[in-house]
Amino acid sequence: MEPTVVCRKVSKVYRQDAVAVHALVDVDLVIPRQDFLCLYGPSGSGKTTLLNLIGGLDRPTSGEIVVDGRRIDDMESGALAHLRLHRIGFVFQAYNLIPVLTARENVEFVMQLQGVPAAERRRKALEILAEVGLEGLADRRPAELSGGQQQRVAVARAIVSEPALVLADEPTANLDSKTAENLMQLLVHMNREHGVTFVFSTHDRLVMDFSRRLIGLRDGRIVEDRRREAAA
Amino acid sequence: MRSTVWLLAVLAWRNLWRHPGRTGAILFALALGVWSMVSLAGLTRGALESQLERAIANLTGHVQIHAPGYRDDPVIEHSMPPPGPELRAALATEAVSAWAARVRVPAIVVSERESAAVTLVGIDPAQERGLSFIPGAVGAGRYLESVDDAGLLVGRKLAERLETRLGWRVVLMSEGADDELADRGFRIVGVFDAEPEAIETGYVFVGRRVAQQMLRLGERISEIALVAPERDRIEGLLERLRAAAPGLDVRPWTEIEPLLVLTEELSNVVLVIWYLIVFTAMSFGLVNTLLMAVFERTREFGLFQALGMRPRLIVGQVLGESLILIALGLALGNAAAALTLRWLEGGLDLSAFAEGFEMVGYSPVLYPEVAASDVLAANLLVFVLGLIASLYPAWRAARHVPVQALARA
Repeated sequence: MEPTVVCRKVSKVYRQDAVAVHALVDVDLVIPRQDFLCLYGPSGSGKTTLLNLIGGLDRPTSGEIVVDGRRIDDMESGALAHLRLHRIGFVFQAYNLIPVLTARENVEFVMQLQGVPAAERRRKALEILAEVGLEGLADRRPAELSGGQQQRVAVARAIVSEPALVLADEPTANLDSKTAENLMQLLVHMNREHGVTFVFSTHDRLVMDFSRRLIGLRDGRIVEDRRREAAA
Repeated sequence: MRSTVWLLAVLAWRNLWRHPGRTGAILFALALGVWSMVSLAGLTRGALESQLERAIANLTGHVQIHAPGYRDDPVIEHSMPPPGPELRAALATEAVSAWAARVRVPAIVVSERESAAVTLVGIDPAQERGLSFIPGAVGAGRYLESVDDAGLLVGRKLAERLETRLGWRVVLMSEGADDELADRGFRIVGVFDAEPEAIETGYVFVGRRVAQQMLRLGERISEIALVAPERDRIEGLLERLRAAAPGLDVRPWTEIEPLLVLTEELSNVVLVIWYLIVFTAMSFGLVNTLLMAVFERTREFGLFQALGMRPRLIVGQVLGESLILIALGLALGNAAAALTLRWLEGGLDLSAFAEGFEMVGYSPVLYPEVAASDVLAANLLVFVLGLIASLYPAWRAARHVPVQALARA
């Protein structure tokens, strides 16, 4: 089966004043379908940069990135937006919900851009909100939800349109341990039930414990890539 | 597509009310600007219209017919025969609401104490109804009864200047058709009021046949004046009149009163300048508000892009906010202007400045007149230029690379 993500000799260099910062150096990585992996490493190791490059939010300085069978490193921005809309889901550390929309509307947002009919959109949104344990909170705006609830809405938004890949940048960073564990169990469930590939970047031991594959990064290079038995 | 447009509309509307104070302030500014545009246009158009109507009623009419040379030298030598059958037929059509043949020559009026240079106008009192101001302007005494009426109508100011009054006699002197002095005594049977004052002091009216007899003109006349149902649609009428009166000088009011046309054109230019000044002030407020909103929501716009929203939809969202602001501002401004103009329907009394107003031919009481074209121009200007001005903040919102926008705290 074709892998979800393939990175070949991917490098990213940022310019800070006149200094070149090598955020990623010749990274080679293959992520098979339905993988549940975690990028870990100290701050500045290149986790978020790699996540952003795989998600098409940024472009590599050199190398090739293939997502869902399509090369994205030189893809035109409109096509990239289309790919993100239909094939990639994002979960951010700071939840990044749209404050003027309710939980249901936030979940419907991507489907609305995809042109899914209103009735179907609503049904799917309510179903997924119930699945992430937010039944009855659909009409609340983000400010009326706790951090854990907001992150669940963000997860629901990321997976509702059944993308091939969900990228989660430090998804548990702002959550207490109990809420974080519940969230990870939810993501494992989504991975198993919906066949979605998950890629995390984290410092959190808990996230690593739940992951079936750990990829360690240091100074922009992969220093470890191992499979393990996950906690759940 | 429809769901995307609806999404953009919902986002635009709700985002506007994230800061009700700021949105309210810019709405107030937009409404104030539109109100000032429409109200000022209404008052200016009203002042112009009253000036124009008054000039037309003050003997100008919509069209005048004279003998060649009369316009340059309005003396008795430049008189003309009464209208022949062809011209009468052209004047009898529906394209002419009213017309009158007049004798109009320079004269001297002499009272027991004073004398003054005036224009002697010999009229058919019945024909003047619906054509000129004089039938309704007699404030004391009576109006003339026929072309044979030997009574004289003088303006109130002229009567004061001549130190004469209703019922007293004055003598009119002018040049006769035979180049000899023509004079005759008249009893003042009516005193009229008119604006501007120059009409009261500059004209006296007698029955046309009496004037013709005094001036030994026979049936000859000085001018034919007429009004049409619409003053701005007289091109066809002019052509027909010129064909029916070959050799005569047929002129529209725009040539008789070029200053009025110039005033109208100048007013239009002033209105456009005013519109642009107001719009410029408004657009700064609008662009500033949108830029603030865009700056505050940079992270959100990055998120939208990360979730797959194309940059043009982000442009659409900001333009949507601008569109709502402009539409609401226009609605409020137009409503306020409509209320103001309705309130001023009875006239805005500027008699404190009356002297200055009269000097330029305006009435001291301004009656607003709403021209659909003015309202449309103001609304279109704000709408179209407002959206164009909003393109910059919209472009700013869409130009961020998502990862940079998301990285912003």
